Amino acid sequence: MAQGNPLIEVQGLKKYFGKVHALDDITETIYEGEVVAVIGPSGSGKSTFLRSLNLLEVPTEGHVLMEGVDITDPKTDINKLRQKMGMVFQQFNLFPHMTILKNLTLAPMKLQKLSEAEANERAMALLTRVGLADRANAYPVQLSGGQKQRIAIVRALAMKPDVMLFDEPTSALDPEMVGEVLEVMRGLARDGMTMVVVTHEMGFAREVASRVLFMDGGRIVEQNTPQELFDHPKSERLKNFLAKVL
Amino acid sequence: MVAIDIGTFFDTVLAWLQNTWTSLCADFYLNFIKEDRWKYLVRGLGVTLEVALFAAIAGIILGALLAIIRTTADKTGRLRFLNWLAKLYITVIRGTPVVVQLLIINFVIFSSVFVDTVLVAIIAFGLNSAAYVAEVFRSGIMSIDEGQFEAGRSLGFNYGQTMWHIVMPQAFKNVLPALANEFITLLKETSVSGYIGLMDLTKAGDIIRSRTFAAFMPLIAVALVYLIMVVVLSAGVSRLERRLRNGTR
Repeated sequence: MAQGNPLIEVQGLKKYFGKVHALDDITETIYEGEVVAVIGPSGSGKSTFLRSLNLLEVPTEGHVLMEGVDITDPKTDINKLRQKMGMVFQQFNLFPHMTILKNLTLAPMKLQKLSEAEANERAMALLTRVGLADRANAYPVQLSGGQKQRIAIVRALAMKPDVMLFDEPTSALDPEMVGEVLEVMRGLARDGMTMVVVTHEMGFAREVASRVLFMDGGRIVEQNTPQELFDHPKSERLKNFLAKVL
Repeated sequence: MVAIDIGTFFDTVLAWLQNTWTSLCADFYLNFIKEDRWKYLVRGLGVTLEVALFAAIAGIILGALLAIIRTTADKTGRLRFLNWLAKLYITVIRGTPVVVQLLIINFVIFSSVFVDTVLVAIIAFGLNSAAYVAEVFRSGIMSIDEGQFEAGRSLGFNYGQTMWHIVMPQAFKNVLPALANEFITLLKETSVSGYIGLMDLTKAGDIIRSRTFAAFMPLIAVALVYLIMVVVLSAGVSRLERRLRNGTR
């Protein structure tokens, strides 16, 4: 598989919560254009790993480089770098006091100094792409879970990020709504967006990911292409895990 | 026999009603009309409104500042010294009666410099209200889900922008009833302004009572005026709440 330039470089990342080693010395590189799925049992550190990539979780030790800039360096303007790293949460976290349109235009207008017309145009194009243009003036409370998550994805995309981080984006959804969200993510992957996806959707990981990381006990235990990883797991722990979830 | 009894009864009642009415009118005349005594109440009301309004504004500004210090310290671990000061301030203000604070500010802090008594009252009630408003705002900010904060930060907003655009508007809406409650309390607490010689609404009623030796009319009138102000204030806040209800039902 053709690999682009390194986009995010993780070097010796450690995160301790008291005595718990949530991340235990992780070194990993995410390349441009990759779709990396991160799987593993709960408590394996996969969410902490993802949240460390944009410093929502401050690592105890180690470095994270985004496009060559060390985001763990206190001198780095983390807010500037986060604009390039879109994030989607399990609980959507839409802003309930704003319309859908305002949810999408707030950051581009305040942070990228777009005019209202430009921001609206960008937002409407994104809403059309996920089939929710007619809900532009609704409030988040009026939407279903699947719709909310699609909005959350395009809210992050409205900043035109270089990479998208997904933290279990379908885990809070009713089963019948998982498909519509995965469909949007599939489309993003097809368009060449670099993505890191923490997920329990093994089908999605197998079908869409270019690489799968299996985490357990705060470490990346095994990684491979989805075909190899799912069909020929090497470690005992991965075999056990797959036996339970597949 | 019976007919005569009923007739006497009605006569008695009628006479009593007439007497009461006449004495009420006389009372009303004595307390409000004679020597233009109603003007005390109007002036007193003016002072009460002036003190309550400006103290409320001062309380909101200072209270918001204290709340921001407290929550920033809790969320980020910065501003430790300021946080300690804010906590101390809130403890002292909430731990002592407002009348005592008013007296201290008037007779201790401003003992040697002349400051207009109205201004003294505004400062005292403003400083007092700020401590309560701070806790109201703080609880509002803390009630907003951490995910809202993370969503703001992940888009690239800094701490202050996230607070201003995302957390505060939601917090404000949540605390509006508690804030209204605080202002109702503040409005009524200004009734102790008489302790520093300020003629507010309560003092005005009391002055009339001391002139006329009739307690009923002036005190009931004062109570009614407070009641009307509180009812109007509550209605205004309800309207504001309805207008802000967009999105979160």
